[in-house]
Amino acid sequence: MIELIDVVKNYPMRQGMRTVLDRVNLRIAPGEKLGILGRNGAGKSTLIRLISGAESVSTGRIHRGMTVSWPLAFSGAFQGALTGMDNLRFVCRIYGIDIANAIPQVREFSELGDYLDEPVKNYSSGMMARLGFALSMAVEFDCFLIDEVIAVGDSRFHEKCNIELFEKRRDRAMIIVSHQPENIVNHCDRAAVLHNGCLRSFDDVAQAFDFYQNVG
Amino acid sequence: MHSGGSSLRRSLAVQLRVIGALLMREVITRYGRHNIGFFWLFVEPMIFTMGVAALWSALQATHGVRIPIVAFAVTGYSSVLLWRNMPNRLVGAVGPNLALMYHRNVKVIDVYAARLALEAVGATISFVALACFFTAMGWMQAPEDVGKVLIAWILLAWFGAGLALFVGALSERTEIIEKVWAPITYLMFPLSGAAFMVDWLPPSVQGAVYYLPMIHGVELLREGYFGSAVRAHYDLAYMTSCCLGLTLLGLLQERHISRRIAPE
Repeated sequence: MIELIDVVKNYPMRQGMRTVLDRVNLRIAPGEKLGILGRNGAGKSTLIRLISGAESVSTGRIHRGMTVSWPLAFSGAFQGALTGMDNLRFVCRIYGIDIANAIPQVREFSELGDYLDEPVKNYSSGMMARLGFALSMAVEFDCFLIDEVIAVGDSRFHEKCNIELFEKRRDRAMIIVSHQPENIVNHCDRAAVLHNGCLRSFDDVAQAFDFYQNVG
Repeated sequence: MHSGGSSLRRSLAVQLRVIGALLMREVITRYGRHNIGFFWLFVEPMIFTMGVAALWSALQATHGVRIPIVAFAVTGYSSVLLWRNMPNRLVGAVGPNLALMYHRNVKVIDVYAARLALEAVGATISFVALACFFTAMGWMQAPEDVGKVLIAWILLAWFGAGLALFVGALSERTEIIEKVWAPITYLMFPLSGAAFMVDWLPPSVQGAVYYLPMIHGVELLREGYFGSAVRAHYDLAYMTSCCLGLTLLGLLQERHISRRIAPE
């Protein structure tokens, strides 16, 4: 179970404090798939980063009763000066994963070939996405945080990711953030809408969409 | 990675793992895999120290005092490298590592710890290697009191780490620090005790330089090295208090920025 209790997040801006998230409450049970809808700048990515623990809440509390992935934006979380392989080793070290096991898996899945030994900053966005996805599949989590479902990569890679994430790992919890309705409809059991800093949960994805369309 | 029941022991294991991973990352990005790679960690400070030793020898910078100039330069400049490079490495250290903080267990303090450890190890290997080399060549004597040298070295490292935490974390809050830090370190060098002993100074100046914490460390180091050949002036209680104060201030600042960090 992951639980957010009265989570508030403020950012200092030139005009003063800006409240991006205002007393957000949320629960995610093991295996549950939650979609989060919201306009650009509504705070979706902020919410994901708070749940992942990459950022700290201003007030409130987040309880993580299961292992939570880093936000799979499929590009961030890498050091540009390091090679793909170095990034792989780094991730393995911080999560305590056996490097020897992970290498063939990532090599095969990412299809990066010799580029694995090149600095990540020389990668195209598609290559970055492939590395990012392959890496996140090397570490097993109870809950995956997905920021904009597989926005990059060609359709074949797209398909591969879908199988890996939504079929092979369908028993895991997932929080998917998107402004594209079909992603949420296809993969989520329920959805919540982020609007004006408040999160409204709906038991039904269709209801969430109605609300989303109306407030927009 | 396991969930729940995060005992202190498990947290510690995770933190050590993260710092270890960051250490490897630092070594690779800083020194790469080309030519001598990681050996630059101590070869670079060794080149600096040797250059200074050569220069001071040529200039006879000890003003005819009866301590060997090479040993004087090695003890002085090595201690400068030890406490000065740590703050230099922590100023702006968060930026290049921001992407890595997407991983929950990677915190600002881990990045700082990894960089501090690397600087301390580099400066220490450089000092020990040079001291051994020059002793073998007959240009330097072995230290009279290794214990004092060790204590002085640890205190100087602590001072460097405390100062680094404070200045490093402050630099994330305001850009002014990055701008003024270079001139400050430059001006601190001639005052740091690397190139003189307090005893050589006129009494009026002595009172002023006593306020600089690193002076006390360098004086103790020199006493440990040269023993009765020099008259050292130091106050370890003062230096320890300064180190403690800086560390506390540094940790407070670090806490402040790490709560507000936002990975891109």
